[in-house]
Amino acid sequence: MDTYSIFREIADSWVLLAMFLFFVLMVVWVFRPGSREIHKDAALAPFRNDQPAPRFEHGADN
Amino acid sequence: MWDYLKLVIFGLIAVLAAIATTYARDLAYLVHAILVVAIAGGMFIFTLRRMGHEPAPKTGYLDGPIRWGVALTAFWGVVGFLVGTYIAFMLAFPQMNFAWAEGMMNFGRLRPLHTSAVIFAFGGTALITSSFYVVQRTSGARLWNDGLAWFVFWGYQIVILLAATGYVLGQTQGKEYAEPEWYIDLWLTIVWVAYLLVFLGTLMKRKEPHIYVANWFYLSFIITIAMLHVVNNLSLPVSIFGSKSVQVFSGVQDAMTQWWYGHNAVGFFLTAGFLGMMYYFIPKQAERPVFSYKLSIIHFWALIFLYIWAGPHHLHYTALPDWASTLGMVFSIVLWMPSWGGMINGLMTLSGAWDKLRTDPIIRMMVISVGFYGMSTFEGPMMSIKAVNSLSHYTDWTIGHVHSGALGWNGMITFGMLYFLFPKLWNKQGLYSLKLVSWHFWLATIGIILYAAAMWVSGIMEGLMWREVDAQGFLVNSFADTVAAKFPMYVVRGLGGVMYLTGALIMAYNLWMTVRRAPLAEASAAQAVAAE
Repeated sequence: MDTYSIFREIADSWVLLAMFLFFVLMVVWVFRPGSREIHKDAALAPFRNDQPAPRFEHGADN
Repeated sequence: MWDYLKLVIFGLIAVLAAIATTYARDLAYLVHAILVVAIAGGMFIFTLRRMGHEPAPKTGYLDGPIRWGVALTAFWGVVGFLVGTYIAFMLAFPQMNFAWAEGMMNFGRLRPLHTSAVIFAFGGTALITSSFYVVQRTSGARLWNDGLAWFVFWGYQIVILLAATGYVLGQTQGKEYAEPEWYIDLWLTIVWVAYLLVFLGTLMKRKEPHIYVANWFYLSFIITIAMLHVVNNLSLPVSIFGSKSVQVFSGVQDAMTQWWYGHNAVGFFLTAGFLGMMYYFIPKQAERPVFSYKLSIIHFWALIFLYIWAGPHHLHYTALPDWASTLGMVFSIVLWMPSWGGMINGLMTLSGAWDKLRTDPIIRMMVISVGFYGMSTFEGPMMSIKAVNSLSHYTDWTIGHVHSGALGWNGMITFGMLYFLFPKLWNKQGLYSLKLVSWHFWLATIGIILYAAAMWVSGIMEGLMWREVDAQGFLVNSFADTVAAKFPMYVVRGLGGVMYLTGALIMAYNLWMTVRRAPLAEASAAQAVAAE
């Protein structure tokens, strides 16, 4: 078989299966027990680190 | 020591570019070589003058490039909208092809200038700037390397400068959204690898246990754009002293590579990157966490897994094999799911705080942006269905679709980001004027509606006119008939552009006055203490 056909066959079978499994396992992983607390904590990350906000150097005016 | 090395590097670049000017085979290359001499020479003097000075202390976050970035984002936005409005009227009034500007300001030269100015200058600067801001604030860490961050920022601006001057002077490799020639491509690759390093380095030294979801979107944008850019720009320069290069791929393979790139520029540059903005700035402005963090993770992986396959829908009914275009169509339709999941996640972040829509014009801007995201990601998959595409392809409908996404989603979320960041970065209590934000909001929204509606009417009319046959099977309309019929819609579209541009000018004024006039946040705190 030529290279293209070999790649096509692998991509159409095992690679497709592997990607699909990765995706399904990701969804299962997201809903794993105990993830609620972790996600709640992660969702609050943007509100925690506004400091140390560097103070803008006020020269003359701007 | 490093300073001496920098002097050597800048000096060498300047000398080599000066030599290249004498061998230049075309005007664009010559102008670019002169620009490189000027930039490298300028950097040489800049480095020399600063030698021996104590470096500034590295405390807090690195906000210097971000301050430049927000200002330049606003600037590039106005430039890009201006060129866009101009060429919109050029299509309505061909008299605007002035004889004196022939060869420089034709539609064909200005059109890539417009698309690159809005996508890569306005959007790209917004993405780099906001990603630097967000990754620091969600990691609790300063950018990994100050020098490299500055290099990424200004290096990217040099790409913009070279690309823009190149287009006007006739340099192009003829690939849509990837027009810059080989040496600009190489330079962008270097800048982009540095960008990836800065971003990854910052994530690695983060204080937070978790990598916040916005950073996942930014990271996928950086990595995927690197891959797309390198593969789509595989070309051999004809001469090292000239602009022209020859693509490695040819025929339908080249077309497929181009639209694999082109659609993922939409998917990962204009969607994934801007979703990173959405997942940070909407929660911040609404002052509540994202609606569902679980949904945001699934949104991310679903988007990443699906978008990369959607490209072939740009090549329906061409030499592309039928299975490939069917694949592109199917994946485009499946994309409805993550797109709408993400839209719902963004909108529902406001649940329990919907009253802010009435009082806060900035959140209104962000929400309408997510609304346009939902609308254009509904429209896009629909247009990718072969039967619909046979009507919509090559017509103005496509242009309308692109602009409802670009002006509505990318534009509005970026405006929201700018309105959020300016007071923060200059330590102000708030914006100079919220009333002007409202003006901007309504001008932009009505402008987009005029634009999109005009293009729907024009596109569908044009598609129907092209396929109309009489009883004998002859085509009824000539191409020029459709052009004449589109005139009123083109004028309306241009007016929509004028409104959108006016809104952006109002924003630029408002942001400028925020920096100049708005009261300081610190000062007010001090006054409050003194009053007690």
